Amino acid sequence: MNKRIKKLTGERTAGYLFVSPYFIHLLVFTAFPLLFSFVLIFHKWNIISAMEWAGLANFIQLARDRLFFRSIGNTLIFLLIHIPLQIVIALLLAEFLNQKIRFRGFFRASYFMPVVVSGVVVTILWQQLYGQDTGVINSLLARLGMVKLPWLTSIRLAMPSIAIMATWKNVGLYIVLFLVGLQSVPKTLYEAAEVEGASHWQQFRHITLPMINPTMIMVVILSTIGGFSLFIEPYVMTGGGPVNSTLSAMLYVYKQAFSFYHMGYAATLGFFYALVVFSVVLIQKKVVESEVPY
Amino acid sequence: MRRTLFYIILIIWTVIFIYPFLWMLSATLRPEAEIGGFGIVPSRITLDSYVHVFQKIPILRAFLNSLFVASSVTAGVLVVGSMIGYALARLQFRGRSLVFTILLFTMTLPFQIILIPQYILMVKFHWTESYLALIIPYFVNAFSIILFRQHFLTIPQDLVDAARVDGCSEFYILFRIFWPLSVPTLITVAIITFMTSWNEVLWPLIVIHERNLMTMPQLVAIFVVGGQAESLMGVKLAAAMLLALPVIIAYSVFQRYFIESMATSGLKE
Repeated sequence: MNKRIKKLTGERTAGYLFVSPYFIHLLVFTAFPLLFSFVLIFHKWNIISAMEWAGLANFIQLARDRLFFRSIGNTLIFLLIHIPLQIVIALLLAEFLNQKIRFRGFFRASYFMPVVVSGVVVTILWQQLYGQDTGVINSLLARLGMVKLPWLTSIRLAMPSIAIMATWKNVGLYIVLFLVGLQSVPKTLYEAAEVEGASHWQQFRHITLPMINPTMIMVVILSTIGGFSLFIEPYVMTGGGPVNSTLSAMLYVYKQAFSFYHMGYAATLGFFYALVVFSVVLIQKKVVESEVPY
Repeated sequence: MRRTLFYIILIIWTVIFIYPFLWMLSATLRPEAEIGGFGIVPSRITLDSYVHVFQKIPILRAFLNSLFVASSVTAGVLVVGSMIGYALARLQFRGRSLVFTILLFTMTLPFQIILIPQYILMVKFHWTESYLALIIPYFVNAFSIILFRQHFLTIPQDLVDAARVDGCSEFYILFRIFWPLSVPTLITVAIITFMTSWNEVLWPLIVIHERNLMTMPQLVAIFVVGGQAESLMGVKLAAAMLLALPVIIAYSVFQRYFIESMATSGLKE
């Protein structure tokens, strides 16, 4: 009995000791910033002079801030192109890689390559690929007898261009995830469908699609979070231009905080972007989960 | 016939993903005037672009900074993350399930909300212009804690009981018995953590402004944006190439581990 108590108290002490770094981290780097953000959003502060009570001024400013709504609109344009493109390409290539083919490892590794490389590298590289006159893509288009496109200089095209680049960078990860999803579908389901005389499309629609729905939800949610975290791509490539057409949420927060030193307003922006991400993801979860019946 | 079509499509996509890197390599080795078009065969090879990069920015220093920061974060996450994961999986103490619930909750918290307050915290700690800001906040990572916890749950209780009877401390059990049985999980956590830290660029841009302390992606980004590259394409690409090279080399050797580890990181939802 005595021994058991000793063992348990020893275990309990070790337990508290082992999770203590988590507690400290939680208090210092999560709980405190979270509480402090509620202070900041009611203040104006340039970080040097004293904090100034602002009441609801930050919220009023935000409600009238064209750039805030512009950045959300830009992010939605990004997501509207990025997510479908990503799902179609990833699903297609995963389906092909799931066939009985040779060199599967090689193909998978080459599709995954841009995933491991820094976003800074990819952005600098694509800035040159998208070049107006001598860029790789426009040279190729010209050679094929097509029109050269103003990829990064047109207000209409700049954000879609960034979305295409982001797809190129990330899709390898989703190919692998879909491949894992496809391989988890029991072969017997397809065999049974084959016996019933189901077409390839019917098999895909009624077996594959419902079975990989969890992967689909994940791709949509991770891409959405990625879209609202977009920063380095517009920062390096366009600086948010032309005419704010690529101004992303995080680039706007960064500019307000570190170009203008509006800490209170930057925190307010961050707060509302977080709310938007949270709600969008919640809605997506509901929609995607309810869809695709067997 | 069908098979051939598959291969053709797969090869086209390989070209789409790999060709830009080959083009980049070739562009960095060409005279500036010859960069452009989609060809990759240079008429003459020159290292001018690379020389320019080394002359203008402390890129080697930035490489060492990044190596130090990413290694420290990785070591910290392996030790601290496995301790917390071990406590959550194998130690009985009051409040354990509450800690786990909080952990899951904080994972859903969008980082946008705490970014600015965290920066202000760094200012108050006098951690800006210091590696501390790049390392300490990253020591606790919810995702790696969960990975450790899940794996530790699969290790038989008999091993723990036997070790305790022999008088082993919980530290000994974790680091000497559990760690050797968790090598794949350790590798997964190490790769994800190292890569995330290595590629992080927004946070360094916020907390570091001293050129000699900058991480490699940060320095390269600032070099390209700040006009120091003098709009020379070859020079910008050479800086990008130097940034990509260590990762590409590591990736070509440990390709399987990279893919499998990073695929688990996608499974966190």
